[in-house]
Amino acid sequence: MSSVAVARPSNESAWVLPSRGRVGMFTLIAAESAVFTIFVVAYIYYIGKSLSGPTPKDLLELPIFSAVCLLSSSLTIHLAVRALRKAKVGVFGLWWFLTMALGSIFLVATGREWHHLIYEKGFTISTNLFGTTYYSLVGLHAFHVTVGLLAIALAMIFTLLGKVKPEHSERLDVFSLYWHFVDVVWVIVFTVVYVIGR
Amino acid sequence: MASDTIALGIADPDARPIGERLHDWVVTVDHKKLGILYILYSLLMLVIGGVEATIMRIQLIVPHNHFVSPQVFNRMFTMHGTTMIFFVAMPILFGFGTYLIPLMIGTRDMAFPRLNAFSFWMTAFGGLLLYFSFIGGNGLYGAGNAPDVGWFAYAPLTSRAFSPGHSTDFWTLAILVSGIGSIGTAVNFITTILCMRCPGMTLGKMPLLAWLNLVTGGLVILAVSPLTAAQIMLSIDRFLGGHFFDTQAGGAAVLWMHFFWIFGHPEVYVLIIPCFAFASEIIPVFSRKPIFGYPVMVGATIAIGFISMSVWAHHMFTVGMSSYGNAFFTATTMVIAVPTGIKIFNWIGTMWGGKIQFKAPMLFCIGFLFQFLIAGLTGIMLGASPFNWQLGNSYFVVAHFHYVIVGGILFTVFGAFYYWFPKMSGRMYNEALAKWHFWLFLIGFHLTFDFMHIPGMLGMPRRIYTYEPGRGWDIWNLIVTVGVFFQAAGVLVFVANLLWSLWKGESAGNDPWDAWTLEWSTTSPPPDYNFATIPVVESRRPLWDIKHPEDPDWKYE
Amino acid sequence: MKPSEQTRSLGRKIAGIAVLLAGFLLAATLCFGSSPNGSQIPSIFKPQSTPADSIFRLSLLVLTITGLIFIIVFSLLVYSVVKFRKRGGDDGREPPQVYGSNQVELAWTVIPVLVVLVLFFATARVIHSIQDAPKPPGTIEVIAIGHQFWWEFRYPALGVVTANELHVPVSDSSNPSPTFITLLSADTDHSFWVPRLAGKTDLIPNRENHTWIDPHETGLYLGQCAQYCGTQHAKMLLRVYVDSREQFDQWVEDEKKPAVVNDQVGEGRRIFETTACLNCHAVSGTVADGHFGPDLTHLMSRATIASGAAPNTPEQLKIWIRNPDSIKPGSLMPAMKLNEKDLDALTAYLVTLR
Repeated sequence: MSSVAVARPSNESAWVLPSRGRVGMFTLIAAESAVFTIFVVAYIYYIGKSLSGPTPKDLLELPIFSAVCLLSSSLTIHLAVRALRKAKVGVFGLWWFLTMALGSIFLVATGREWHHLIYEKGFTISTNLFGTTYYSLVGLHAFHVTVGLLAIALAMIFTLLGKVKPEHSERLDVFSLYWHFVDVVWVIVFTVVYVIGR
Repeated sequence: MASDTIALGIADPDARPIGERLHDWVVTVDHKKLGILYILYSLLMLVIGGVEATIMRIQLIVPHNHFVSPQVFNRMFTMHGTTMIFFVAMPILFGFGTYLIPLMIGTRDMAFPRLNAFSFWMTAFGGLLLYFSFIGGNGLYGAGNAPDVGWFAYAPLTSRAFSPGHSTDFWTLAILVSGIGSIGTAVNFITTILCMRCPGMTLGKMPLLAWLNLVTGGLVILAVSPLTAAQIMLSIDRFLGGHFFDTQAGGAAVLWMHFFWIFGHPEVYVLIIPCFAFASEIIPVFSRKPIFGYPVMVGATIAIGFISMSVWAHHMFTVGMSSYGNAFFTATTMVIAVPTGIKIFNWIGTMWGGKIQFKAPMLFCIGFLFQFLIAGLTGIMLGASPFNWQLGNSYFVVAHFHYVIVGGILFTVFGAFYYWFPKMSGRMYNEALAKWHFWLFLIGFHLTFDFMHIPGMLGMPRRIYTYEPGRGWDIWNLIVTVGVFFQAAGVLVFVANLLWSLWKGESAGNDPWDAWTLEWSTTSPPPDYNFATIPVVESRRPLWDIKHPEDPDWKYE
Repeated sequence: MKPSEQTRSLGRKIAGIAVLLAGFLLAATLCFGSSPNGSQIPSIFKPQSTPADSIFRLSLLVLTITGLIFIIVFSLLVYSVVKFRKRGGDDGREPPQVYGSNQVELAWTVIPVLVVLVLFFATARVIHSIQDAPKPPGTIEVIAIGHQFWWEFRYPALGVVTANELHVPVSDSSNPSPTFITLLSADTDHSFWVPRLAGKTDLIPNRENHTWIDPHETGLYLGQCAQYCGTQHAKMLLRVYVDSREQFDQWVEDEKKPAVVNDQVGEGRRIFETTACLNCHAVSGTVADGHFGPDLTHLMSRATIASGAAPNTPEQLKIWIRNPDSIKPGSLMPAMKLNEKDLDALTAYLVTLR
């Protein structure tokens, strides 16, 4: 038999602890931030150190459009979750779809940029130090966007099937933390690769 | 109520068929079963790693020995180090944490039970990958077998040019996979401790084991992730023709070292802090006093966690950093000695004025105190950069870190085994056999690792499959090897004790040690749901409050 | 366990620890203990050069401080274990429950901080004195290039190229002639460690490191590679010959000369120059100009071959050329698959390269 510690009377305040989903997600974000930090450090360390081959100035143009799309998707996902919390499932669906679209545009734009670099410029991950660090960092970010988009797509399917209810707003809010994280990382990658590095 | 004894055939009239019980263990998400799985896995790997060490020591017993070839020896030290760190030390500590944390904070399971299971199986799979290299490591050129690049695998030795075949790839993937498992465990630890404590258990009232595993979780998040990143970079180099560590293309070998040691140093704190937790639970109970200076112990641990992120390049004093770089890392390394020393003083302060009982858990913790003190002091020697230019990468370093890992970590792990074995199995272990284990292992440990410092001071570098006679190293290597057999004997006695006690040990009851934390308030072993009613606590020692209602702890905290 | 047994067990435990400690101290004394200067034991406590000396003196301070800390804390530990053990006639009551003490915590925080400060400043001075040492005019410059698994030594100002055995002049404090060594690597990481002369410094590809020595006494000093570099890391040995000024100048003179030409070994020379030997090795004054392996121009001026793996005798040379793996398995020199007659001729040729 387990025994119970005698509770002292008088202390009536509720025992409230943080939500598990949120804390878990923040911890995961911390771990992923550490991973990204190492890739960013490697990128910065190797700026200007390639022995040969093209430089960022030769090849990179500011991806303003795709950046705007991705960053706007942070706004749309926030609006989506807010709508769901207010039980407006239809509105939620609309904003959620927009988030998915904006994220997909970002991925397609990145894919097109890479296609151009690889097939038209002959610039790959093994070309030089710039190539290695560029594709790794941008690729790692794109991978995280892809994983996020898969989760968003899954939620989209459930929405279309009518299974998403207002009580799921907390869970989707926790997921949106991940999506915001992906956007913050993009701000950093954008600055390091396309602004500082060039 | 039905208590779920571990599936080793203990007499249980309601036993279901063995197949069903094994299936239970494979699909379980129960933190207690997963904890035991982690522990058993680590014990198996401990034996394998020990065999690898024995092979090396036999090769080194005399100079110019021919017990194994240089290729085999180099694989042995690589596998020994990788196995012991990633597949023994980390899993066994995660295992104890997984088992104990929910019980000690008064809840029913971890925050994410399925993630818990996933993490264990990822770790186990990583170990499988590593050992599969013995069979599958032959790559394109027929070269490669088990990895032979050393457990920290410096670039460019790990590049395709210098390590053809796939042995290095198995090493990389094994660590990548188990790293994901470790991060999962850390997420679980942190979330469970922050979000699932029972009513009344504020952060200031939870057992030190919970606090220390919280800090450990944070360190894993911040330290294992850089290693994961570095492994991805190495894989990009090896598989996709990348140049992260390709010195021919302008890459920097030193960058790998920085990334690895940014992981590697906090990693050693990931390993020792849970052991501090064991000592902080065992020493008070066997001294019959509360831990001395609980808030200082918490603060010192947090300080150690933070400072440990700033000392990494003390593993790189010889790579030619500037004098400012060397001075900085000397400073931070010495600073971390302060909170560490404070903890040793607090443990002694706990024993001071107590009534010490010399049961096996306490014997091992006293050994820990003695040995960790010495290890810390040799650490200070190594932290003085110029002294490190002589002692670094020599057998002095090997002696130092084994002093911490075996003398510190393994001793407290043995102590933890004996302390919580009754809770986990419902049986008491045999105290006489445990004392034999302690003394055999203590003698073997000191024979090996005390005298191992000397060849280092006489110029013997590490990772050499043989050495030259006439340099004054011969006798010390002989003594070091002799000690290995005492340690092996001790471990055999330990395993025999565990097995014997599982079958024949007397029933332990809920609280064989007259202890004070929540895990002792439930049955041994605990039921699946841990507690019939979620406890409500008032102090750091809820069972002391129950046993001493006239003088409860909450009056003094 | 009965209380009297507990006491005895405790006594045995303390005795055991004391015996081990005594043994350790004895062993340590043996290292510190005197041995002749020409002794081959590469002990870090027998420095013969300023960097090693500075480190030795720092180490005495560090060892003294850590030794004192050990004695104090160990005594406290033993005292508490003995004095506060549960005794025979124990009444079963719990001892006074003490939760902590702010004064005590403060004391054992402040004192270690002071100790750390002392240690740090003493150490920082030594770091600076060794790493930022100036180069006096009499400096000998050497470039050391680490290979798997041998050492290449070049003296650019003197026009000398050799392998594995380093010759330097003894340095007199009134007219110093230290040797400054630039450390490079041709492949993986290595580390240059001759304990009696200096601390170790790594050789890292694509990176230039530096170290220096100024030996006070002539003699032979032993060391070896101290950073795992592959299969034969263990046999990448170092021999540093500290010569008198005259001996050193003579050595340089001899090394600068092109290879000895001896018509009697023409057959061996022909084999050398028409087999793959010259792809890896250089013999100055001949067509052989390979740089993957050691320069063999003055091979016979060295006491050992294969970076210390075997003594330099005609028999060992023959064994080495026949099959390097028999002496140093995993070394990068392939077995040349020569027949015995060619092997004899080749060895006869190499033996003339003084």
